[in-house]
Amino acid sequence: MKVACPTTLAEAISHKALGFTPVAGATDLWAHWPVRTANHDLSYVDLSGLHELRGIAWSAEHLTLGALTTYWDTMQDSRVNAEFPLLIAAARYVGAIQIQSRGTWAGNIANGSPAADGVPALMALDARVRLVGSNGERTVPLDRFYTGYRATVMGVDELITAILVPRRTYSFTAFEKVGPRRAQAITKVGFAVAHSADGWRVVANSMAATVRRCPSLEAILNASHPNPPAEPDLRAAASKDLAPISDIRSTAEYRTEVFARLLRSTLATMTARP
Amino acid sequence: MLRLEGLSKLTGAERYADDMPLCDFLWGMTVRSQSPRGRIVDIRFDPSVDWSQFTIVTHRDIPGCNEVYLIEKDQPILAATHTRHIHEAVVLLAHPDRQALRRAVGKVKVIVDELPPVFDPRAPLAPEQLQHGTENVFKALEIRKGDAAAALTAAPVVVEGEYATGAQEHVYIEPNAMIAWTDEAGVICVRGSLQCPYYVLNALKHAFAREADGVRVIQTPTGGGFGGKEDYPSIIAVHAALLAHKSGKQVKIIYDRDEDMAATTKRHPSIVRHRTGVTKDGLLLAQDIDIIMDGGAYVTLSPVVLSRGLIHAAGPYSCANVHVRGRAVLTNCIPHGAFRGFGAPQTHFANERHMDRIAAHLGMSPVELRRRNLLKKGQTTSTGQVIRDGVDRCELLDAALDAARYDARRQRHAEFNRAHPYLRRGMGVATFHHGAGFTGSGEDYLASKLAVAARSDGRVEVRSASTEMGQGTLTVFTTIAAEALDIPADRVVVANPDTHLVPNSGPTVASRTAMVVGHLIERACDDMAGQLGAARGLSSAPRGGAFLAALDAWGRENPGRELVGRAQYKKPEYVQWYDKTYQGDAYATFSWGAYVAEVEVDLRTFSTRVTDFVAVQDIGRVLNDTLAAGQVTGGVVQAIGWALMEECVWERGAMKNNQLTNYIIPTSFDVPEINVKFIQSPYAHGGGGAKGVGELPMDGPGPAILNAVADATGADPCELPLTPERLMRLIPSGDAP
Ligand SMILES: Cc1cc2nc3c(=O)[nH]c(=O)nc-3n(C[C@H](O)[C@H](O)[C@H](O)COP(=O)(O)OP(=O)(O)OC[C@H]3O[C@@H](n4cnc5c(N)ncnc54)[C@H](O)[C@@H]3O)c2cc1C
Repeated sequence: MKVACPTTLAEAISHKALGFTPVAGATDLWAHWPVRTANHDLSYVDLSGLHELRGIAWSAEHLTLGALTTYWDTMQDSRVNAEFPLLIAAARYVGAIQIQSRGTWAGNIANGSPAADGVPALMALDARVRLVGSNGERTVPLDRFYTGYRATVMGVDELITAILVPRRTYSFTAFEKVGPRRAQAITKVGFAVAHSADGWRVVANSMAATVRRCPSLEAILNASHPNPPAEPDLRAAASKDLAPISDIRSTAEYRTEVFARLLRSTLATMTARP
Repeated sequence: MLRLEGLSKLTGAERYADDMPLCDFLWGMTVRSQSPRGRIVDIRFDPSVDWSQFTIVTHRDIPGCNEVYLIEKDQPILAATHTRHIHEAVVLLAHPDRQALRRAVGKVKVIVDELPPVFDPRAPLAPEQLQHGTENVFKALEIRKGDAAAALTAAPVVVEGEYATGAQEHVYIEPNAMIAWTDEAGVICVRGSLQCPYYVLNALKHAFAREADGVRVIQTPTGGGFGGKEDYPSIIAVHAALLAHKSGKQVKIIYDRDEDMAATTKRHPSIVRHRTGVTKDGLLLAQDIDIIMDGGAYVTLSPVVLSRGLIHAAGPYSCANVHVRGRAVLTNCIPHGAFRGFGAPQTHFANERHMDRIAAHLGMSPVELRRRNLLKKGQTTSTGQVIRDGVDRCELLDAALDAARYDARRQRHAEFNRAHPYLRRGMGVATFHHGAGFTGSGEDYLASKLAVAARSDGRVEVRSASTEMGQGTLTVFTTIAAEALDIPADRVVVANPDTHLVPNSGPTVASRTAMVVGHLIERACDDMAGQLGAARGLSSAPRGGAFLAALDAWGRENPGRELVGRAQYKKPEYVQWYDKTYQGDAYATFSWGAYVAEVEVDLRTFSTRVTDFVAVQDIGRVLNDTLAAGQVTGGVVQAIGWALMEECVWERGAMKNNQLTNYIIPTSFDVPEINVKFIQSPYAHGGGGAKGVGELPMDGPGPAILNAVADATGADPCELPLTPERLMRLIPSGDAP
């Protein structure tokens, strides 16, 4: 095993280009480490020395989360709490305090798990991912970041340096996670929902090969706004948008049914409010 | 009294097997079969590895018999010609570098000519699937009382049901661990994480064809067992010893969690069918019960698990006509083994769910149905055992209902359920019992021995093979000896189990330690105090201050010597058991429980949360409040896991979710306040008046929780674990919130 510990972004990118695996909080990378002997042969580039990847910044348009921002960093930040309760709701559901204080939002994105909890919240807020590679910088909307199961648009030489979350006024946001127990569990069914002047966003996790936006659901929600759509329409739209599977953790039937029930009940809490 | 080893465990100072400093040692690992059943045709060592750097052991290196020494000797230490389950051990490797070893294990391929396996214990068998006897049945047993068939025919009401339970992984916090070496005298020694030093000793004797003085077993501090370290350590110990024997070095085998979960034993899955005859007002007339337990690939402990399951199957109820049949059958899955409760949780689950089904059928309250049938003093169990002692079963039930505020709460739930869009609350009850000690004539057969030594340093040493594994043996033994001699606890030491130094007080299993072995401590103390009295010319065996004064005086005159008091198990006079007819006193005594669970079911997600739990029990006299309550609380939590979330996902007889990421045990967030109450009734033949407590709390929560789910939702769940995916199939889709 080789580990590079660069102090500049340029060095880190050149290592990445050589096939080094970036390490942020290592909470995904080093789980089950002893028995994943193949990983012991890889080379790693430790991002912790890159100060430009740290910190939470605000501009008129964006909240910017440096790539090393942890869940805990956001949970401790009163402005993020006030303006983006959806992010905080998701952060609280990730693992428990040990993971929240090491795991990064960017690591959650780059890891590419369809069960990721941070990604749906960010995607529902139209977050964009800033990538820097040997040819410079580009910004990709998170909802176009994934190309398939654990596959992303990130180039071999690219790193995530920041996540940009547009600042908008939201009339409603909600985050739901169903795991096999009440904490420390991988999501079986999950979603984030947001409504602003830009319309509805519905993003589901563990319901397809990637975390995924649900265009049909968003369309019927926009059409029926401010009332919730009828239940059969909701179910029909969900079945167009999503492709849940049966696996070691749950069944396709369960995921389909529970997604519909929870979404309906979540939307009911919005309309129940005056 | 504070738990003796508590502080060192709390601070991390305790040294478990993996923490023991060793120098110049090898790591050991196991190459396992990837095939559920077949003939081994070849073992291929990848030529890219320099195998001369490794110690390699196959069945040919076993000096004695290639048999794991247990009830039947059908299981090989290392598969020689055939494999019967995935993860069966075939080759052992040792190397100084653990990572090199991990990689090398993947470079050995066991080539198998596959034969047709069996995975469903109920499926009809083709002749080519036969692997044990004429029907793949490891053991068949039967209990008969009265004439159940006739009584069922005549009964005004007959209620039927079928109930199933899944396998369960122990998840002791310390995975299996063993260190082996040969000492200067040529004795093969092992020390490690284990419950039963003498089981391991017998296994080593058999595998190495040696007498007891040629082998030695020492227990290291053990991070939990729950039955998972009852039989399996015999295998790892022999494996480590074979590698040590061949390499001439110390060898340490520490299973990774994944390997431990994949390769070691689980709780027996079960299917239990009930047909019950009752009067219209709920008196039991006949119980006909049929039990199938999935034994896995080898016999291991299945016959005794089945036996305990059978004996508890009819529950703590009086019924004149009972017929219980049971079979433990072979499947090509890892062997199922001992697990806290040992067959009784499975059959209690079936019976207690069935009681609620009977109550629903009769339109009677489940509490009232139980009250009418609970055993009273003088009545007999299914084996004809007369109940002579213990707190009245109805008193326990009433105490549990009171503590749970059962009636008031149920009324509030009815209103809540009418009003709430998707949450449903309910309550469930279970009444049950658990026999303490080995079944039938088992304790006679064990004939456990124990010694207590008065040492010239003024201290008293308890010598037994009973192990501390987190459950409190050290503390409780110290208390019993101190009470028996009326001396301060700091004058008592408990010897570390080491087969060269302690007599065989039997295995640390079956809720027998405090009751059976504890009583031996008292008798050995009597013997020793008598010897001391005689040595000092006293008129009687001294106690208290007189004992200490006599010991100090004797110690000054006899430096370096000791007076050893001994005791051997003698069954209480009244105990009679007839193995041929399966009639009589199945256990010297029973502990009794009445548990009440409250749940909340979310109809959006079908998940069940236990929101309140009351556990009332009679375990004889409570020797240590904190430890006893800890046993009950821990047992309830383990049973909540079994009832609601712990599911082994099988693929070709191998556990697919052998990681803690995907095998879901409860966290503190999934567990409610557990209100533990004891109603005490000292038992005359138990250490300090104790009966068993270790296993009892595993028996009640499963059915109490599922009964509560039935109460909350109107569903009739009959299978554990009741995962949300299973509950969804039981709730009509029209009930969508
Ligand atoms: C006990 C436990 C519980 C968990 N619970 C949850 C949970 O509830 N919900 C959930 O969503 N996740 C959970 N996780 C997974 C994990 O904690 C999260 O996905 C976390 O956000 C990963 O962040 P990290 O910084 O640790 O990533 P790392 O492990 O360091 O990296 C993850 C992946 O991202 C890549 N990467 C990291 N940073 C960058 C970057 N800047 N640019 C490019 N690539 C990068 C790495 O190369 C790697 O492939 C859990 C993990 C554990 C061990």
